[in-house]
Amino acid sequence: MQKIEAIIQPSKLEAVKTALVEAGVEGITILEARGHGRQKGHTEFYRGREYSVDLLPKIKLEVVVTDTMAEAAIAAILGAARTGKIGDGKIFVTRVDDAIRIRNEDRGDVAL
Amino acid sequence: MHCRTCKRAAHALLLLLGLWLTTPAFAQPAPAASTADRLAKLEQATANAQMSGDNGWMLVCAALVLMMTGPGLALFYSGLVRRKNVLGTMMQSFAMMGLITVLWAFVSYSLAFSSGNAFIGGLHQAFLHGVGLTPDPDYAATIPLQTYMIYQLMFAIITPALIAGAFAERMKFSAMCVFMILWALVVYSPMAHMVWGKGGLLNASLGGRFPTLDFAGGTVVHVTSGVSALVCALYLGKRLGYPKEPMPPHSVVLSFIGACLLWVGWFGFNAGSALNAGTLATSAFVNTHFGAAAAAIGWSVAEWIRNGKPSALGAISGCVAGLVAITPAAGFVTPMGALAIGALAGVFCYFMVVKVKSWFGYDDSLDAFGVHGAGGTLGALLTGVFARSTINPIFKDAKGNTLPSGLLEGHPGQLLNQAIGIAIAWGLSIVGTLIILKLVDVTIGLRVSAEDEQTGLDLSQHGEHGYDWDIAAS
Repeated sequence: MQKIEAIIQPSKLEAVKTALVEAGVEGITILEARGHGRQKGHTEFYRGREYSVDLLPKIKLEVVVTDTMAEAAIAAILGAARTGKIGDGKIFVTRVDDAIRIRNEDRGDVAL
Repeated sequence: MHCRTCKRAAHALLLLLGLWLTTPAFAQPAPAASTADRLAKLEQATANAQMSGDNGWMLVCAALVLMMTGPGLALFYSGLVRRKNVLGTMMQSFAMMGLITVLWAFVSYSLAFSSGNAFIGGLHQAFLHGVGLTPDPDYAATIPLQTYMIYQLMFAIITPALIAGAFAERMKFSAMCVFMILWALVVYSPMAHMVWGKGGLLNASLGGRFPTLDFAGGTVVHVTSGVSALVCALYLGKRLGYPKEPMPPHSVVLSFIGACLLWVGWFGFNAGSALNAGTLATSAFVNTHFGAAAAAIGWSVAEWIRNGKPSALGAISGCVAGLVAITPAAGFVTPMGALAIGALAGVFCYFMVVKVKSWFGYDDSLDAFGVHGAGGTLGALLTGVFARSTINPIFKDAKGNTLPSGLLEGHPGQLLNQAIGIAIAWGLSIVGTLIILKLVDVTIGLRVSAEDEQTGLDLSQHGEHGYDWDIAAS
């Protein structure tokens, strides 16, 4: 079981969601996030005062999938989230020990 | 039913007329008396009709001016502060709608508009004594004095509310209330009396010593509030973290709605200052609109050139600056003069807000001085330049001939009168505001604690918060 966390551009959420569903991913959690990687922020002006905004709005998306599904899910995110410009985000993959469905206490891959 | 009654009345009239015609002439009472009687009735009917028209217009104008404070100014200002201060900022405007109203009824109307000396009115109209439904011809011959009183009250409400822009996000609510009450008594009432009151020093239409042209409150409203705002900003000091921490507006959308409500409400403010629904109201209405439009363009173009982008906040700030600047001139200048005043004000206030403020480093948080103080001063001066006797023949010689009004018409002396009016407004505002601030500071303290300031006024002063969009609360 693997957890795939992807930080993506907010404008790419719909495309990524569709791609993941097409790849067979059942459950998705998203979080509205702010952050920056190597990408620099932008500046805003209010009545001449300059504000540099370095924590930009991002979407953090989490899916937990079986080991066999992982590469397909990663490929789906890569394909849908990429614009080719700085700021497209990152994907982090971690191993997950267990999953438990709260409703009926299913465990392991069947709980996904 | 109604028609039948009419018919019956008509028949009765015809019958009476017939009787009168067939009766021998020598049996008649003097026909002159009857004609005079009918004429008197006709005159009364005409006067009633005019009063109905003017009064209807003025009551609508009074409501429009109240709309400028709430929701207009409340939205305009609260959008510019951080999210934690949105209600605190709205309450600063709204509190004026309550406090100043009661104060006006008790004493401040009398201090502003009852007869007194050249500087302040008397107390004989305190508790609105003698302020009834018959007109006071010195002020407005065709509306009830109470309409005049309630219309002027709306000006007295918005003026202190404007100051709040300078001490936003850091003043105690209690201190703000006390400050505003004292300010209304010490600064507003005397200034309103001097410019508009009977026997006022600067009153141009009731024989003041230095006739200052101020149609709708360039000096009385905007110079006083703007200059007092600057004094407040300097006295209170900067907000915690200013200017290092970013403090961008939390919702330019709120400010945008507020500014547009101000624009509409300003028709009541300026066109209503004609105090009747006649041609002068049209002049002021047109000029108000032209001034706002030209200033919105002026500010936007200046910003576009210097900054690369014309912002929404810039456009609405420009419109407010133009409305401020055209306020004293609204009933004196031509539409082309209004366009010129607006355009100049847009660029000038942009420069004041963007450049001058950062040179000096004071924290006039929402630019009450940069827009109202600077725009009001510029507008009051330009009124002396652009005023036309063809629009408003305010100056007359002993024989009743119209004299020129402004500089462009060949009356350079008016610029001096305007400067005197402006200087008095500045002086009164600086001295009055400083004394009040000091008084409130040593008694109950002006600023919230550092902790309360970090928490925000909403929670620390009012025990609530403006937005509850947490998913867990749904």
